[in-house]
Amino acid sequence: MREKLQEVFARHHGSRDALIPVLQEIQGVFGYLPPEAMDAAARFCRISPVEVYGVATFYAQFKFDPVGRNTIMVCQGTACHVMGGARILEEVMNQLKVQPSQTTEDGRFTLETVACIGACALAPAMFVNKDTHGRMKPEKIAEILNGAGN
Amino acid sequence: MNNDIISLTVNGKDFREKKIQGKKGQTVLEVFRDNGIPVPTLCHHPKMPPYGGCRLCIVEIENMRGLPPSCTTPATDGMVISTHTERLARVRKTVLELLVAYGDHNCLFCEMNGNCELQNLVYEHGVNTIRFKTDFVPRPKDESNPMIIRDQNKCVLCGRCVRACQNVQVNGVIDVAARGSNSFITTFNNTPLMDSNCVSCGECVQSCPVGALTEKKANGLGRAWETEKVRTTCTYCGVGCQQWLHVKDGRITKVTGVEDGAPNKGRLCVKGRFGYEFIYSEDRLKTPIIKENGGFREASWDEALDLVASKFKEIIAKHGPDAVAGTSSSRSINEDSYQMQKLFRTAFGTNNIDNCARVCHAPTVAGLAKSFGSGAMTNSFSDFAKAKMILVIGCNATEAHPVAGTYLKNAVANGAEMIVADPRRIELADLAALHVPLKVGSDIAFLNAIMNVLINENLYDKEYVASCTDGFEALKAKVMEYPPEKVADIVGVSAEMIRDVARRMASVKPALLVYTLGITEHTCGMNNVMSCANVQMLLGNVGFEGGGVNPIRGQNNVQGACDMGALPNLFPGYQRVDDPKAQEKFKAAWKVKSLPDKPGIMLPEMLEGCATGKIKAFYIFGENLANTEPDIKHVEHCLESAEFLVCQDNFPTETTRFADVIFPAAAWSEDNGTFASSERRVSRVRTVSKAPGIAKPNWWIFRELARRFGQVWESDSGKDLWDNEISVLSPPFAGIKYSRIEEDGLQWPCPTETHPGTPIMHKDGKFTCGRGQFQAIDWTPPAEVPDKEYPFVLCTGRRLYHYHTRTQTGRCEGLNVLLGEETVDMSPQDAKKLNIEHGEFVRVRSRRGEVKVKAKVTDKMQEGNVWMAFHFREGCANWLTNPVFDLVTKTAEYKACAVQVEKIV
Repeated sequence: MREKLQEVFARHHGSRDALIPVLQEIQGVFGYLPPEAMDAAARFCRISPVEVYGVATFYAQFKFDPVGRNTIMVCQGTACHVMGGARILEEVMNQLKVQPSQTTEDGRFTLETVACIGACALAPAMFVNKDTHGRMKPEKIAEILNGAGN
Repeated sequence: MNNDIISLTVNGKDFREKKIQGKKGQTVLEVFRDNGIPVPTLCHHPKMPPYGGCRLCIVEIENMRGLPPSCTTPATDGMVISTHTERLARVRKTVLELLVAYGDHNCLFCEMNGNCELQNLVYEHGVNTIRFKTDFVPRPKDESNPMIIRDQNKCVLCGRCVRACQNVQVNGVIDVAARGSNSFITTFNNTPLMDSNCVSCGECVQSCPVGALTEKKANGLGRAWETEKVRTTCTYCGVGCQQWLHVKDGRITKVTGVEDGAPNKGRLCVKGRFGYEFIYSEDRLKTPIIKENGGFREASWDEALDLVASKFKEIIAKHGPDAVAGTSSSRSINEDSYQMQKLFRTAFGTNNIDNCARVCHAPTVAGLAKSFGSGAMTNSFSDFAKAKMILVIGCNATEAHPVAGTYLKNAVANGAEMIVADPRRIELADLAALHVPLKVGSDIAFLNAIMNVLINENLYDKEYVASCTDGFEALKAKVMEYPPEKVADIVGVSAEMIRDVARRMASVKPALLVYTLGITEHTCGMNNVMSCANVQMLLGNVGFEGGGVNPIRGQNNVQGACDMGALPNLFPGYQRVDDPKAQEKFKAAWKVKSLPDKPGIMLPEMLEGCATGKIKAFYIFGENLANTEPDIKHVEHCLESAEFLVCQDNFPTETTRFADVIFPAAAWSEDNGTFASSERRVSRVRTVSKAPGIAKPNWWIFRELARRFGQVWESDSGKDLWDNEISVLSPPFAGIKYSRIEEDGLQWPCPTETHPGTPIMHKDGKFTCGRGQFQAIDWTPPAEVPDKEYPFVLCTGRRLYHYHTRTQTGRCEGLNVLLGEETVDMSPQDAKKLNIEHGEFVRVRSRRGEVKVKAKVTDKMQEGNVWMAFHFREGCANWLTNPVFDLVTKTAEYKACAVQVEKIV
């Protein structure tokens, strides 16, 4: 981890204004913000670790737990909502046995919700990593999840 | 000057067109506060940066849109401001409703009932219904920390605790997490407080306006209207923090800092805030005790006092007055030390009186007296935060003097550059621009090399040196023998780093130097001190705000014990015992025909004297020598050998085991008196309750003994002693009277009753002794250096959560939870070499003894060094330390001895 962090830090100037880009790059490397990495970022930016934590928790983009190998995003935007997006989410939750923002025990899936991804024509929509699945029906979910990488 | 004044108009409820004045750069709220204009606030705290969070201090300002918060709005000339319009009242009321709606604010269940700012605001604004429903979900209380309860359900997110932690104490433990209505106060990674890096200083608790943060030990003991507040001075360390003791039925319920008080401005540390209830311990000594047939029995005062008096008379008659000796307490009030030295000099007829400064800052007292003419800290704690460049050498302030440490951290936050020279990467080193990990005991070589660079590169203050000092040529010749390249090996850092330090020190003026026992507790302690003085004189830094040479004293009244003449060569007020004028003065004042005029012996000589038979009777007041002196085994042999040993204390200690008579004494907060802090500030100490049993004030005990020697002493209280004797006899304290120090104390020298005291000594380089005296000094290594058999250097000191030998802190709930045992701190490299895991038991052995302690493996240690403290009897560093002493001041080399470390298999 130390080496990967050093690579990130090497691209920045060690001061507090570098914090957000540093955190973004750390997340880019690890998929989330491991506590040790936040601690190192604090030292690098010469602020206290808790300030890093305070800033990071302010933004929705930062994650604090390792994410699954596949990210499922179920759209809850207006169009998807009208077309039954809630039912899709409910079924995904049932099958994966997780709440939104959680990761399955085996680390295979992380479930996220999103308020409109801009695929309204395909509502209700869900995404597996970068693949879009439109005009979703609850019956299609099992097959899609099975088809995701292990 | 007048350009700085601005005028504002206030149309508040009761101020029809009132004109008020402020200064440029102030916020509207600050101008209001200076003019007594009330505006409600919640998130505002005068010692913290403005936050603008609560929106209660909103005002209407002509030609400004919206309702700006007065705490973040800069005041400008000509502003017309309304503070109490109907609109403002409506908005404020809504804000308060929202605050109450979001949380669980039930005053019936709240410790802060009657002392809560939200409760007051709600009442004052007539809020009686809450129109909002929220999806508030209660959070569990965090009761993990033994001192602090966090109840987030009562939190109003004013952020005062966060600023207290980040901006005031600069610990950076808590912050606001998440956003909007999900916001909450968090530790790093949202762990319980006990698992965070919280140091339990309680600044957050003191700053919390509601019941979200409360003192665990105070819960349920009394509410604001049931308690009275008594101002006093803290009993731990030499910073001299001002405290409010909250007292109910004669018992302290909690302690808070005095917000406006000097020097601490409301700050306290974990010991000061939470280390008070030792006085109520069942272990207290309650009656005099006499040793009989190998056991102890209780006795009356008359019996015990008569016995001590007759024994001392007998020994003095047989062996002369110099066969008795005593050491005064650096923890008790000035008046007690004064009384003890008076007893020794007048009744016993000896100057064999010393105090615990001998083991810590005697090199400071003697060294700075030689360099500057006065052996005390030159500047004030308030200067620390104002400094622009700081050299911290041999000083772990954040643990040993935590509140002083906060000012150093404030300075860095304010943009100062700090250089930390310390073998360990102490907390301050993390904030420093430069950490110099010098080798233990290399200070003089390091400082001489700095001066070498300053002179060779023409970076020193020639004008100051020429006009204010003597001895430059000799100094120059000496430091020329110490070029950085030559000393780099001795110091253990590169020549370039030494140059860097010198150049940085010279780049800003003035620079401030802080040191503590890392400098003094060496066989070359006094030389170390004078080397620090040399550097600061060479740079022309002595006598200015934000400069000076600043030793922080270890115990709460070690400055005072010296001031009071509990020293073998000095009367009170630093008047020499061999000065005929002083002799005449004290003879007349004390109504005696003669006074001993030869300096007496020092503490280590007293102990040694007990073993050799030179000292027959030894009187120990408020010290636990059996744990605090180097080489415990030998010290105990000395104590055992004493023909007659008297102890006067609050508790039975390892030392009182050897006593023939033990006098039970009043403790801190059981007597009225004064402490003198490191910054020479004489502050009041006050009584809240009587001593337990028939224990008596120390000055009373000394007076009763004197009476048995035919001396009639009139003073009958701390005030009598100070006002009628001490201040009258000691020119530096002449102007200090109890009536003048009801609130903040005064800093000596204070020669007259109209003198404001002296925050900065040697002003503008006008030294107490006329001209500053450079001392040409050679480096000498520690007496015991590592070798094959004992390959590690053991350095010793204090840890944050305990004080002295735990006679006090060991009896305070929670402190033992925060630190329950001694460890030996060692570097990961050494641990790996010895195959030692963190937390494993190891044996540390020196030529004097051995201890079994757990290893604390930390990268704060440098390779080849180990570190221990002396708080715990088990694993006390002093089983190992080396009883070798500074040649002049007899301070022991606690900071360096050779040890071996082995894994216990």
